[in-house]
Amino acid sequence: MAVRAQFENNNEIGVFAMLTNSYCLVAIGGSENFYSVFETELKDVIPIIHTSIAGTRIIGRLCVGNRHGLLVPSTTTDQELQHLRNSLPDSVAIQRVEERLSALGNVIACNDYVALVHPDLDRETEEIVADVLKVEVFRQTIADNVLVGSYCALSNQGGLVHPRTSIQDQDELSSLLQVPLVAGTVNRGSDVIGAGLLVNDWCACAGLDTTSTELSVIEGIFKLQDNGPTAIVEDMRDSLVDSMV
Amino acid sequence: MEYRPELTTQQILCCSCGTTIPPNPTNMCINCIRNQVDITEGIPKHATICFCRNCERYLQPPMLWVACQLESRELLALCLKKLKGLNKVRLVDAGFIWTEPHSKRIKLKLTIQKEVFTSTILQQIFEVEFVVSHQQCDDCAKVMAQNTWKAMVQVRQKVDHKRTFLYLEQLIIKHSAHKDTINIKECKDGLDFYYASRSHALKMVEFLSAITPLKSKASEQLISTDIHSGTSNYKFSYSIELVPICKDDLLCLPPKIAKAMGNISPLVICYRIGNSVHAMDVNTLAVAEISTQTYWRTPFHALASVKQLTEYYVLDVEPCGPVRGKYVLADIQVAKAQDVGRNDTTYFARSHLGGILNPGDSVMGYDIASSNFNNDAFDALHRGSLPDVILIKKAYPSHRKRNKGRNWELRQLQKEEEDMAPRKQDQERIEQDYEMFLRDLEEDPELRSTVNLYKADKPKKENDYAMAEDSESDYEDEDFPEIQLDELLDNLNKQKRTIQTL
Repeated sequence: MAVRAQFENNNEIGVFAMLTNSYCLVAIGGSENFYSVFETELKDVIPIIHTSIAGTRIIGRLCVGNRHGLLVPSTTTDQELQHLRNSLPDSVAIQRVEERLSALGNVIACNDYVALVHPDLDRETEEIVADVLKVEVFRQTIADNVLVGSYCALSNQGGLVHPRTSIQDQDELSSLLQVPLVAGTVNRGSDVIGAGLLVNDWCACAGLDTTSTELSVIEGIFKLQDNGPTAIVEDMRDSLVDSMV
Repeated sequence: MEYRPELTTQQILCCSCGTTIPPNPTNMCINCIRNQVDITEGIPKHATICFCRNCERYLQPPMLWVACQLESRELLALCLKKLKGLNKVRLVDAGFIWTEPHSKRIKLKLTIQKEVFTSTILQQIFEVEFVVSHQQCDDCAKVMAQNTWKAMVQVRQKVDHKRTFLYLEQLIIKHSAHKDTINIKECKDGLDFYYASRSHALKMVEFLSAITPLKSKASEQLISTDIHSGTSNYKFSYSIELVPICKDDLLCLPPKIAKAMGNISPLVICYRIGNSVHAMDVNTLAVAEISTQTYWRTPFHALASVKQLTEYYVLDVEPCGPVRGKYVLADIQVAKAQDVGRNDTTYFARSHLGGILNPGDSVMGYDIASSNFNNDAFDALHRGSLPDVILIKKAYPSHRKRNKGRNWELRQLQKEEEDMAPRKQDQERIEQDYEMFLRDLEEDPELRSTVNLYKADKPKKENDYAMAEDSESDYEDEDFPEIQLDELLDNLNKQKRTIQTL
C-alpha cells in the first residue's frame, strides 16, 4: 500500500524520515498529521522512533539502515545515539561512522541484501556498511549521479531509479541488486527519488504531489498492491506450472 | 569485433497522464505541460485594427495612418504591434493565414517560445484574429466633410494655354505659398485653392497680387447664423482673374491706352510680366508699363501669342544705334525657315534683338504680313506702316535636336483633377504646354532664377554627353544659356517631389 504524506508543507518526506523493514525514524517537531500517516501504516508492527540526528531534522539524508542495522554520521550526539539504541529493536545494530561524506543517506542506498555506495566512499566505511548492514557493497552511480542514495529507492522487492538511467545501467544495477528496477519520478516529475519516497517491503510513502501514475508505478515495482486471493493464483502459477512440468 | 554498446533510450511514464515518454526536465509529456501552462496567456487572441476605406490605409496607433497591402510585411508589423504581451515571449515565426478580403478578418499564425520551468522551453503555435473595422482617417474626413474649407481662392486666366499656371505653380512652390492649403483643385482655365481660414486665403491673394497683374473679387456665403450669440458662419470665395496677356505676346493697344502711354505705337510686344504688363515698341525700343488698373479700365486681348510664332533664319544684322539695357535696336534681314530652298523671299524687320542675333541664327517671330487678326484696334491701324515681321525671341532648333534628356526637373503641387479626365487631344496639349514651359525655362536664365530647379534622379545617358561634345566642336556658335549644375537643388527625398497638400 502506497500513501502520500507531507512534512510541514514539504513534499520531500524522504529527507525527514527513514523507513526500513524493522524500524522507522521520523524527525521531531513535525505535525501530528505526518506522524499519523506512519502510525496508521506501521503501528504495532515496527517501532516509530522520533529523533533528531546531530540536532537536525534531516535524518533521512544523514543516516542509512536496513533490517539489520543503522549507520549514523559522526556528528550524532551521544544522547541521540543513546535514544536510538534504547528505541531500536535489539536485533538492529547501530554504529557511528567517521566518514567525510557525512550525509550517509545521500551516498548509500541499500536494501536488506545489497548496498550501492558513492564511488568515493572510504574503504573503512564500506567495510562498516558490509559488516553492520550485512550487505554486499557495490560502488555505483545512477544516471551518472554519484549520490546514489538521493536518486534511487530500494526495497527487497524492487527499486525505483532516476528517470534518466539508461536501459543498460538499469540492467546492470538490477543484476547487482537481484531485484527489478524501473526508471521513474515522484512528486509530479521530480527526479530526486530518495528524497521523495520512503519504501520497505510492504508499504511506501511518497510526497503529497506524487500523481496517481507515479504512485501506480511505485506500487507496481515494489509489489505493494493489495493482493486478493487471485494474486496467489497469478503469482504462484508460474512456479506451480514449473514444478508440475 | 569491436563492442558497441547498443544505446536504447529509456522511457518513463509521464507523471500526470502515464503515457510513455523519453525523460525530460519536467518528466511530463508535452500535452500535459501544455495543459498545465498556457504560454499564450496574456496575449490577446482577438484584436481590432482600423482601416480607412477611402485612402486604404491602416491606423498605426496613436495617430499614424500607413498604407499597406494585405499579407504584406508592413501589415504584419502593424498587427504584431497591436498584440500586447508579445514582449514577454520569444516570437519565432509569424505569418498570415489567408482570409477572404471581404470578410474583414485578418488571421495571423504565430509561433512563440517561452521558458515554462527551469530549462524547459515550450513552443506553441496559435492564431490571432484581427477584425478590420472601418474608421475614416482625419485626412479623409477633412476632404469628405462639406464644411471643411472656410475660404477659397479661384485663380483664372482666360487664355488657351497653361503657361502662366505652370509658372505660377513653380512660384508658389518656391515661396511655399501653398503650405496652408487644404486642397488644390484643377479646373477649366485655372486652379482653386481651398483654405481652412480666411486669413490664409487673403495671404494667398496678397501673394498673387504681388507677382502678377490681376483683378480680384471677394464674395461670401452665409452658412449658418446663431441669433442668440450673434455669430455667423461664412464661406469666403476670392475670384481672381489674371490678365490674359503673357510674355512674348503681340499686343495691339487700344488707342486710349496708347495715347496715355506717351503716345506709343499701338502695335507692341509684351516683353515682361511683373505685377504690371510691360510692353515695348520694337521699332523704337520705347517701353510702356500698363498697370493693372489701366488694363482693367479698357481690357483687351493679345493679338497673337507664342503658339502663332513662326521660325525665321537671320540673314543679316545691322545695328541702328539705340540701346536699352540688353536690347539693341537693329535692322534684321530674315527669311522664313520653311521658305529656305523654295524661294528667295526675305523680310526686313526692325527688332530689339540686335544684341543676340547673328547671321545664321534662328529666330521666332510673328508673321504680320500674312496673318489675319480679328481685332478692332488692329483694323484701325494704317496697313502700309505695319512691319512684315516682328521678331520675338531667339530659337535654338539645333540644340533641341541634339539634347533630348534633361538633367533637371521641377516639383509639382499635388492637385485634385477635374471630375472628367481630359480628352486625348487635351492631354496632348497639356503635355505640349509643359514642354514649352520647360524650354522657356531653359532658354531664359532670368525666368529660371525665379523658380526652383532640382537635379533629376536618373543621370543622362553617357552617349548623350558624347554626342553633345562632338557636335559642340562642330558648332561653336551656340550661345545657348545652358543650365549650370549649381543652379540645381539636390532632390533629397523622392517622396517630397509631389508636395503633399492634403
